[in-house]
Amino acid sequence: MSQFNEMFQGADVRPPYARLQDWVGQMPQELRSLKQAEAEALFRRIGITFAVYGEGGDPDRLIPFDMFPRVFSGSEWAKLERGIKQRARALNAFLVDVYGRGEIIRAGRIPARLVYQNEAYEKAVAGFVPPKGVYSHIVGVDIVRTGPDDFFVLEDNCRTPSGVSYMLESREIMMRMFPDLFRENRIEPVDTYSDKLRRTLSSVAPAKCKGDPTVVILTPGHFNSASYEHSLLADLMGVELVEGQDLFVDGEYAYMRTTEGPQRVDVIYRRIDDAYLDPLCFRPDSMLGIPGLMDVYRSGGVSICSAPGAGVADDKAVYTYVPDMVRFYLGEEPILQNVPTWQCGKPDDLGHVLDKLPELVVKEVHGSGGYGMLVGPKATKDEIERFRAKLIEDPGNYIAQPTLALSTVPTFVEEGVAPRHVDLRPYCLVGERIELVPGGLTRVALKEGSLVVNSSQGGGVKDTWVLAE
Amino acid sequence: MLSRTADNLYWIARYMERADTVARLLEVGSRISLLPSAQGYRSEWDSLLQATGMAHAFAQKYGDPVQRNIESFLFFDRDNPSSIASCITAARENGRIVRTALTTQVWDALNTAFQELKQLEREERSHLELSRLTDWTMRHAAMLRGAIDATLLRDDGFNFLNIGYYLERGDNTARLMDVKYYVLLPRIDFVGSGLDNYQWTTLLRAMGAQRAFHWAYGGDVTAMKIADFLIRNPQSPRSLATCTAGLMNHLGRLAKAYGRETEAQDKARRLAAGIESATVEAIFDEGLHEFLTRYIAEAATLAISIHDAYLSGEMR
Repeated sequence: MSQFNEMFQGADVRPPYARLQDWVGQMPQELRSLKQAEAEALFRRIGITFAVYGEGGDPDRLIPFDMFPRVFSGSEWAKLERGIKQRARALNAFLVDVYGRGEIIRAGRIPARLVYQNEAYEKAVAGFVPPKGVYSHIVGVDIVRTGPDDFFVLEDNCRTPSGVSYMLESREIMMRMFPDLFRENRIEPVDTYSDKLRRTLSSVAPAKCKGDPTVVILTPGHFNSASYEHSLLADLMGVELVEGQDLFVDGEYAYMRTTEGPQRVDVIYRRIDDAYLDPLCFRPDSMLGIPGLMDVYRSGGVSICSAPGAGVADDKAVYTYVPDMVRFYLGEEPILQNVPTWQCGKPDDLGHVLDKLPELVVKEVHGSGGYGMLVGPKATKDEIERFRAKLIEDPGNYIAQPTLALSTVPTFVEEGVAPRHVDLRPYCLVGERIELVPGGLTRVALKEGSLVVNSSQGGGVKDTWVLAE
Repeated sequence: MLSRTADNLYWIARYMERADTVARLLEVGSRISLLPSAQGYRSEWDSLLQATGMAHAFAQKYGDPVQRNIESFLFFDRDNPSSIASCITAARENGRIVRTALTTQVWDALNTAFQELKQLEREERSHLELSRLTDWTMRHAAMLRGAIDATLLRDDGFNFLNIGYYLERGDNTARLMDVKYYVLLPRIDFVGSGLDNYQWTTLLRAMGAQRAFHWAYGGDVTAMKIADFLIRNPQSPRSLATCTAGLMNHLGRLAKAYGRETEAQDKARRLAAGIESATVEAIFDEGLHEFLTRYIAEAATLAISIHDAYLSGEMR
């Protein structure tokens, strides 16, 4: 399988990477080790760590940071940007539709069962249109590349995509350690993200909010693995970071408990799941959440971002239909392609998947974080057979995709510099406007040959550059 | 400010101040125990535990007050919520939750204390002199206090930190003075003797106030002078007068900033007035122990009012 190294075209260095060639060539080994240690110290100092579920060990573990940047030219980015924004528009149109008249289902373009019987479909918000018709305010689109012009969307994240703090902090650290690189290359800034996020959240204030809306971030608490990100965003936006216990509902509005008495809250950027928003609505057995919040939400007293129910659009089975959504709602051809996907719930597809299991990547429909997946070419015979049994038992729970020849980017490794596989997650903001900062989170599979970039599976991160044209 | 944030800040201060006091108590205890004992086998360490209100918990876990066990209980024991290790851990955890309300220096001070504590816990106990542990604790408490004073914005969060400090410090000063009461209780004829004065001096020393005292009063150390210094003298950094004035000041700043008086301001004023109007003679007429016990109880109801007004988020 031929792999595209983003730095090279044949023997030549591709233009976006031209200056990095000298940079890495002139860096002595001692300096490299020094800088790597410095980067790690900086990450630890600012406290950006990541807890890995189910692994125990050090809860203050660092995600490995690779200093070799990943670079896009301005024109490459322009195309990506158009494709991502298009997708974010279509996904939101889909959400408004399926909680409304369901035209796309009536038109026979998506099976009703996939939508209405989806676990992520919230009957509680059927018929409700959130402010500005936006359900998913931050869309994280995971993109992989297989050639100079070949980009594929791996999955969409419409609920609460995480990782943006790594985009922001990786850049801060790179600028601090290698200021010369930023003088020599014209790199678009990403630190406008927090301003744009705040503007996006303010723009979807509820109908009953008059004047400047009060925005808060709702976190599950300081034990959550993404807790650093929540507090960073709150700090950068200058808004309160609240937990469920800080909020309550009184009459038509939601309030936070402050030292000056109750203060009304207009927009909640929640980083918790739907199920924990309101025990009266979702989980009567839950001690978490704010009783009555959903009533206030549905009567236009508060906005919740992302809107409850947004998850139905980023399900891996619904994913297959996103190109159809683009055509159906926008009347455009999709700029970004999906990875060809077999739905194991369909008998024909399942047969094909079972035949080709050693060549395919199989994922759980509702899974995330790289858990519970099979990478055929990397799996042992035994693993494949065990997975085959699971697949036959509950085929509807799985989708399968060909193993893509993911692009690589040069990466610092023990022996020097070597290509490692990467993906990309940009963060598209949807409010009154659709905005995208030029950059995103590049995740890199640090193990040689590995295709799994998830931080929970030993992946690292890189700074992602978009060059100004 | 979120009530929960204010609550976290307030407890950072209370826990660090408490750790500081426990270190000072350990110092008083070890110095007093170096004196020839007046009470047979009954150790002065016991009085110290009585004064801190931790005697029962200690007896349940360790039985007789042996110095080494008391050191463990007051410094390392995680089962004791008032041990130095528990206090520093709790202060740091409160700090971690409100990281964004703290400056880097304040966080560093909290976090460094916690990280070094973990180192100390790994060391062989026989290598750890008590004086090293108490010095270490007081140094970190001072570093945090310094970082707060030097770098923190003077906003409501600053007031909540200071309210925590002054409440805890007043309570602790009262308790430290009360140690004297328990030590002396069995032998009233010691009052005014050389031994009595030595014990008072030890108390001053534990509060880092021995020299300040001599500058302020001169002459012999007497119980009256010390009570005046630790209760009524606004120049003494740990006196009840200083603590209640600090409480009034920071609660007053909150009332002004929020445009609203609460029961807490009222109670703080009454507490301060009680200290100011009490003469030393009146205090000894009432009984020092009784006076201090009353102060501790009144300060506790003030703490409840502060909680209800600002920290619980229940105020409408």
